Amino acid sequence: MRDVAVLGVGMTKFGKHPDKSLVDLFAEAFFEAFEESNIELKDIQALYYGNFVGEMTDGSGNLSGFMADEIGLRGIPAIRYEGACASSSVAFREAVRAVAAGYYDIVAVGGSERLYTAGTEIGTRALATAVDGVYEITAGLTFPGVFALAARLYSKAYEIPLEELREMMAMVSVKNHRYGAINPKAQFYGKLGNLKVEDVLNSRMISSPLTLLDCCPMTDGGSAAIIAAADIAEDLVDTPVYVRGTGQSSAGGLFRQKGDIIRAIPRRKSSQMAFKEANMTPKDIDFVEIHDCFTIAEIIATEAMGFFEYGQGCYAVRDGVTSIDGDLPVNPDGGLIGKGHPVGATGVSQVYSVVKQLRGEFKENPVRDAETAMTDTLGGDFGTLVNIILSIHRR
Amino acid sequence: MKFVDFFNALLGGKLIGQKCGDCGSYTCPPKATCDNCGSRNLEEVEMSGKGRIMTFTTTYVAPAGYSEEAPYTVAMVELDEGPWIVGRIDLPVEEIERLGQALVGARVSVYGREYPTEPFYPNKEKRVVPMFRLESER
Ligand SMILES: [Zn+2]
Repeated sequence: MRDVAVLGVGMTKFGKHPDKSLVDLFAEAFFEAFEESNIELKDIQALYYGNFVGEMTDGSGNLSGFMADEIGLRGIPAIRYEGACASSSVAFREAVRAVAAGYYDIVAVGGSERLYTAGTEIGTRALATAVDGVYEITAGLTFPGVFALAARLYSKAYEIPLEELREMMAMVSVKNHRYGAINPKAQFYGKLGNLKVEDVLNSRMISSPLTLLDCCPMTDGGSAAIIAAADIAEDLVDTPVYVRGTGQSSAGGLFRQKGDIIRAIPRRKSSQMAFKEANMTPKDIDFVEIHDCFTIAEIIATEAMGFFEYGQGCYAVRDGVTSIDGDLPVNPDGGLIGKGHPVGATGVSQVYSVVKQLRGEFKENPVRDAETAMTDTLGGDFGTLVNIILSIHRR
Repeated sequence: MKFVDFFNALLGGKLIGQKCGDCGSYTCPPKATCDNCGSRNLEEVEMSGKGRIMTFTTTYVAPAGYSEEAPYTVAMVELDEGPWIVGRIDLPVEEIERLGQALVGARVSVYGREYPTEPFYPNKEKRVVPMFRLESER
């Protein structure tokens, strides 16, 4: 297998874009990535595009061909990947595998989604297509609902009184909003940067015990990256960022995973796959951009990825370990909570933030001396899990 | 097994599952292979319909198609035979809020309630929700 590197990255501002289509959003992100990649359009051999619910939000499927053609990549193989909120991370991983295998030399990857503009009711129903469509949706299970169920299980399993746990969950929101408020690409740029724990606890109840500020927002946005074989990348750009390892795993419904949902077994498998491929351990990771769709989700993720023992992730947040100046900064770009979550675009937007950090270009909230970092993207109720390890060091 | 049969049986007061002829464990709702060992040597059986609440959430913001039912309380129940199922606790929201986390562990029995279907639900005639009734305290 060949080494693979990222040439360029792009993302739109996340937020509300009623005036931009799925194509408009993807094109904007794509050309930002393209312009820093020092290639020509004809060099791109395939498009790997992630989108989750275009049919429901925009009445549009069969999207990958439209994306490719509208940005000038006429006729190349273009494939849409759907893995719920992890769609573009799945696309990214498949693109990496194709380049590593030697099938392509240079490919484009990314995603776009329009959930803010779709409105809360349609957006909530669209997101709920990622729960079991027969046995879970019938009860009206939503995504805040999934993680609300997980929060109560976590409280019970680790014998942490729910009110105590809620305060530590709120600290995730306070932290991620603090970082989102200084990220110009974030949905909440310039907003909510000085939240207090009480603000989170007292905001509107969405799905008990999760309040509005425990949840990531509905978001419109696009993201993109250009990747290439490492030998080619080194001739094209000054600072290639190498893809050192990737992992992916799957699961069935919540009711099949039972009490394991707070241990996120597919995430443990996926991250261990990525660590093994990179020949690394959690100690080698300088910071992470992870899937904090809800406050409790960030806590569960840091544990399942192996950074903290099960039941200890909440204390890591409380003690500042996951803050920008802590041992493991988590979501310095604001995460899904502060930056926004245009689901099909989210995974590659995490890659965007990591690449910018590793190149020393993430001026707003830099992680000091960061050389290696990891992304984590969750699709559905652990149905699709992807982890990606990126580094400025080639193997 | 068809998913519609599972819900129709529930409306008729029966919770249908499968018992594995190889490992002896139960799978519910039914699926093509044993949820424990992957065997296809499965026998359809009627479950006890009793279990305990493992976790729950009251949903105030519902998806399109479910808004008129909100707020409602979704729960996961561990059946006495081992499987977990998703349904709703049939108590008023005020009662749920009063009981709070103390509901975790409470004994329940399962029955089915019919609701109108919605455009994206696989059964275009009706939607059946597994309902959890708290077993009366002594
Ligand atoms: Zn079995």
